[in-house]
Amino acid sequence: MTLFLIRRIALGAVVLWVMTLAVFVMFFVAPHNVANLIAGRQATPETVALVKHRLGLDRPVIDQYRDYMWRLAHGNLGYSFYNSTSVRSLIWQRVPVTLSLAIGAAALWLLMGISAGVLAATRPRSFADRAVTFIALFFYSMPSFLLGVIVFYLLFYRLHLAGIGWFPGNGYVAFTQSPWRWAQHLILPWFTLALVTAATYARLTRGSMLDVLNEDYIRTARAKGLRERRIVYRHGLRSALTPIVTQFGIDFGTLLGGVIIVENIFGLPGLGQQAVQSVLQQDLPVVIGTIVLAASFIVVANIVVDVAYGFLDPRVRIH
Amino acid sequence: MVILLIVLVALFAPLIADAVGHKPNEADQLGGLTPEGLPLGPTWSHPFGTDYLGRDVFIRVMYAARISLVAGVVASTVAVVLGVLVGLLAGYAGGIVDTVLARTMDVILSFPFLLFGIALVSISGPSLAVVIGVIAFFSWAAVGRIVRGQTISLKEREYIEAARSLGANPFRIMFVEIFPNLIAPVLVYLTLLIPSAIVFEATLSFLGLGVIPPTPTWGNMLAESLGFYQVAWWYVFFPAVALLITTLAFNLLGDSVRDALDPRGEHLFREQR
Repeated sequence: MTLFLIRRIALGAVVLWVMTLAVFVMFFVAPHNVANLIAGRQATPETVALVKHRLGLDRPVIDQYRDYMWRLAHGNLGYSFYNSTSVRSLIWQRVPVTLSLAIGAAALWLLMGISAGVLAATRPRSFADRAVTFIALFFYSMPSFLLGVIVFYLLFYRLHLAGIGWFPGNGYVAFTQSPWRWAQHLILPWFTLALVTAATYARLTRGSMLDVLNEDYIRTARAKGLRERRIVYRHGLRSALTPIVTQFGIDFGTLLGGVIIVENIFGLPGLGQQAVQSVLQQDLPVVIGTIVLAASFIVVANIVVDVAYGFLDPRVRIH
Repeated sequence: MVILLIVLVALFAPLIADAVGHKPNEADQLGGLTPEGLPLGPTWSHPFGTDYLGRDVFIRVMYAARISLVAGVVASTVAVVLGVLVGLLAGYAGGIVDTVLARTMDVILSFPFLLFGIALVSISGPSLAVVIGVIAFFSWAAVGRIVRGQTISLKEREYIEAARSLGANPFRIMFVEIFPNLIAPVLVYLTLLIPSAIVFEATLSFLGLGVIPPTPTWGNMLAESLGFYQVAWWYVFFPAVALLITTLAFNLLGDSVRDALDPRGEHLFREQR
């Protein structure tokens, strides 16, 4: 297990390094010219040269790379081109928002997805099964921006027209300030994100449970006269969870991609909103910082998943 | 059925536009807007209403189908072809080749793809080709991983050994002996990849980083229409429905292809042991 863990962490470090290299190549080496973009369309060659010089883009690539890695290794992500604040503080400010959104949504989608999947799998071919399958397919096909727009329209706009202001349409209130208003601001984004993702989990849980419930040891459990509830949850669901854990690791890691859309629709000042904003403004240090942070999320999530395997499925521990 | 209809609509969009008499990128000068300059609701001459410039939403939705289908099908096909080639090579060659290729796929799979896609598009400038390239680049690794796994288990079979002892060269073994066994899962994956590619394109266009106006796509139409959701429901509704029906249809197709090709699954439960 320890050896396995060391190898996983080493691989994670390599992935992270490749990611930073990719970002570097994309922004500093690729044929297009960042300085031109920043200096503006009508800039004179002198202005472009000045911008290049100030950003250190006129130095040899190797030197630039060494500096870039040096700064990254020290957790220094540079300063925003736009408001001269450090990227680290800019990003840290926004982490709580995205984390609140991600954790709440993840809890919701796990709850909805797994219970719907179990419901469908324990009654195959019933009406409930068909309903779950269809609803899951529907939300699975639903682009998250579309669901966001629909939710926004129905639960914010229409309700406001009707004089019911339960759900604010944008903004964020810190949990420490007021837990109630915090939840109020997040509930629509939570549901939007959760519904789209829960569909995958319902499908996955159903398929995996159907397979597991056919295993011999489930028959043995039945023969022993165990109660059906116990069979389904303790014996069945536990081993059916393995593929779900994998999926969860991937999804939670890439959630930063998902929140981009939801945060923009519901005006939540999180990392996703920051990312789009800085991409549109060509604010390179912030873009790089966000990407590196997102990549680290994914890498860490993948390692956690592999460790979680060991607990869920004793067979994995041996390898 | 629905997919056939969508494909036909996309193919014949110019003919339908001619027949109806509206152009996708031209405003209806005579009566495209209300006197207040707002979009016009559905009428006989504009069945889906008009947009904020007085353009016909019906025609634009049809033209958008072309972009979505091209993006979805081309990107998925490129991804699947690349994935199959790399997966076969990695799985069959083994050793250092396999290690390098498998790790490459792992790395690509751990990219925050939407973020990376957005950043890439912002550098290269938005266009359909870039969108397709981005989608294909982030999708092939998943196919490659599946194909690799299958290839590794298949290459130990006796019939492969037989082929090898008859002197078949590696390419023959990879493409003639192993590949046919992979067609089923790859086909399933292809049909399921198309809707996600369509969604990806729509998402990028929605964020203003995909296909740029005036070329209509469902994503950028939705983005434009959001400024008018309080006065023009049709402007939001029809592109949204078109997008949803398309992805739903492809996902349903993918599911039925899987059920048809995979003898396991549903049937497993029927024959309770």
